[in-house]
Amino acid sequence: MTNAVEQEFIKVIVFQLADKEYAIPVSHVQGIEKLMHITRVPKTESYVKGVINLRGVVTPIIDLRERFNLPVSGNEETTRIIIITLEDMEVGFVVDSANDVLDITASSIEQQPEVVGSLEEEFISGVAKLGKRLLILLHLDKVLNP
Amino acid sequence: MELNQYLEMFIEESKEHLQACSQHLLELEKNPQDLAIVNEIFRSAHTLKGMSATMGFEDLADLTHKMENVLDAIRNEKIKVTPEILDVVFESVDHLEAMVFNIADGGDGKRNVQSTVEQLKRIESGDTAAASVRTAAVEVAATNITPIDYKLTYDDFEKTVLLQSSEQDYFAYEIAIALREDCLLKAARVFMVFEILEKNGDVIKSSPTVDKLEEEQFDSQFYVAYISKENAEDLQKMLMKVSEVDQVEVKKINNSVFTQSSTTDTSGQVVVEAVQQETAPAVLEQAVVTPTVQKSNGSKTQSHATSKTIRVNIERLDILMNLFEELVIDRGRLQSIATEVNHGELNETVERMSRVMGDLQNIVLTMRMVPVETVFNRFPKMVRQLSRDLNKKITLEVIGAETELDRTVIDEIGDPLVHLIRNSVDHGIESPEVRRGKGKPEEGTVELRAYHSGNYVFIEIEDDGAGIDREKVLAKALSKGVVSQEVANSMTDRQINELILASGFSTADVISDVSGRGVGLDVVKTTIESLGGNISIESTQNVGSVFSIQLPLTLSIISVMLVEIEKEIYAIPLSSIIETSIIRNSDIMNAHNQKVIDFRGKVVPLVFLEEIFEVPRQDAKDDGFHSVVIVRKGEKLAGLVVDSFIGQQEIVLKSLGNYLTNIFAISGATILGNGKVALIVDCNALLK
Repeated sequence: MTNAVEQEFIKVIVFQLADKEYAIPVSHVQGIEKLMHITRVPKTESYVKGVINLRGVVTPIIDLRERFNLPVSGNEETTRIIIITLEDMEVGFVVDSANDVLDITASSIEQQPEVVGSLEEEFISGVAKLGKRLLILLHLDKVLNP
Repeated sequence: MELNQYLEMFIEESKEHLQACSQHLLELEKNPQDLAIVNEIFRSAHTLKGMSATMGFEDLADLTHKMENVLDAIRNEKIKVTPEILDVVFESVDHLEAMVFNIADGGDGKRNVQSTVEQLKRIESGDTAAASVRTAAVEVAATNITPIDYKLTYDDFEKTVLLQSSEQDYFAYEIAIALREDCLLKAARVFMVFEILEKNGDVIKSSPTVDKLEEEQFDSQFYVAYISKENAEDLQKMLMKVSEVDQVEVKKINNSVFTQSSTTDTSGQVVVEAVQQETAPAVLEQAVVTPTVQKSNGSKTQSHATSKTIRVNIERLDILMNLFEELVIDRGRLQSIATEVNHGELNETVERMSRVMGDLQNIVLTMRMVPVETVFNRFPKMVRQLSRDLNKKITLEVIGAETELDRTVIDEIGDPLVHLIRNSVDHGIESPEVRRGKGKPEEGTVELRAYHSGNYVFIEIEDDGAGIDREKVLAKALSKGVVSQEVANSMTDRQINELILASGFSTADVISDVSGRGVGLDVVKTTIESLGGNISIESTQNVGSVFSIQLPLTLSIISVMLVEIEKEIYAIPLSSIIETSIIRNSDIMNAHNQKVIDFRGKVVPLVFLEEIFEVPRQDAKDDGFHSVVIVRKGEKLAGLVVDSFIGQQEIVLKSLGNYLTNIFAISGATILGNGKVALIVDCNALLK
């Protein structure tokens, strides 16, 4: 019982990307938008899809699949843009779907298992086990800084 | 850490106070006798000192303190205002400005001000020998006259009243009242103090004046000259009863204060005696009248109009603007829905909404407008200093300081103007001897004008100096290889004038302290052009020159030409477009792997935006024609090849945010009527 009181909860937004579940602390999430018209910006990295008009603010969009070198998929009905803020940057992530808000305990977060060896490894700050689910926590700094 | 949130406010306010200091110092120089001006400067300095001490900028606070001491000595008439003293005070203000700017740039506001501090100290101690031998004797004499203890100064009439009061069994006091630093309603406390005082006697004079006390234009202390039958101790106790009064000091005014009055003031003595011999009871009546006289005097000197404004963070205005654009886009949708549905009342409502939004748009846009005064303000001081340095006599006239410009333009235009004014003062206006020789008045005039015209603001700098020596400019341009002899032969006067804006050009024979440090007028030209404006020069030799700058009203809204490439829409700023044209494939020529066209006899390289922007193309488009936008950067031209022109439009400039920085050839974005983002082409990047 005493354990439960001491434990700190982190509220995270959970999203899907190629069969895996990822999480971003809700404090960084500004909102979740449906896919809208993206204006391509020339001479940028391929994972930068372009910019959108987010209620009057021109916001850059990053395709997380391309950022993580995952196979690119077409846009589905469930495709979402998660608007996140980090320091003075505001950026949108294109994800397969976003449908959960969860409280995870700080103690359930573990270091990334070293054998995973996938390409997105460097963007991961840790994993959290929630029963049978495995949430991958993103390292936003690294995702945003090339 | 906590202080950080106040830093911005501190910087803004410090700048304002320093500006006020400079302005009042200039006034003071013209009216050295006007102690009201000294009080204004003192107040600004005092506030600045307090603020910087609170913020922990000790150096800033320290220097301000030293300056304040000098000002205090001036307002207590211990020292007299001389140009030399003002020089030192101006220098201090310059240092303070530099410190504040340093803080604004993230520095710690430290600066070596040793020599200035020493000079200030010397002046304060009355020893102005170093600054000026001439005035030294007078200063020292002046210091001996007024005892330090008395804060107030009196004119002859007030002296008379005070002197005579003692003969009527009244006591004359000088009362110093200090309110608590955290006192919230200072004016109310002042009122209560005055009420008590007026019940028991008569207030002869106060410092600051009654008006200023009412407007809370004082720090926490004020002084009152007072006559009463009460004794000092009782008065002190009564006044201490007013809450939030921290300290009350009641000091009796001895007649000796006046009798040992300044040596030249013998006429005053005579008056005193003359009045004494007249009917004594009249004196009290006079005493009652005095405060009102004082009041009207006070209001004359300090009734500067305070415009009611609030400071708003420009970011908030941007947010407001964004929200407003959202509304504009939605209005567009509503309008189209209304036409589809064709419902009478809906149509009416949408129409009314459109009208209101039109007005609203005007207001939102004008909110970012700031009078150019904020920039012009610093020039009188600068010209004063320059003319002293150069031993010239120059007056600066400022006209149209109330003309409004967008805040972003205001921020950028300061440096170019400094350059141009320096140029006029240094190269334009001749020395007094030369001017006399030419039959001109010794004193030169530089006129700084601003006015609106159409969608532009014009700023002009006119001087009645030597004008531009065409032969000299041409010779220099030829020797520096700026132009060839052939080109030079066919140049108009105007073109020759504008050669001085070319890079690496300086007409000064001798490199002076003021200009000719290698930073030429070309920087001015570049800055102005980057703001979407342009500069032209007119000059008549020996009569003077006019530098005329044309600037767009605002940078946040610009006129663009929308063009289409495949399905993508780009905006090209109208300010860099010369014209558009349709060319045939056969018009395109090849020169060194560079496709060029002949545009009015000029060879203009073509830039295929499709290639530059790597536009994905479904199928090749070739109908034998190309749409070309001819753009320029300075003298250089280029033709931007696009698929089609959409048309001219006013757009609101948006930044691409902090994630996407330095995108090649893209200077920003805008949101189109359909809610989509269009990118703005940076023509300067395309023309190397």
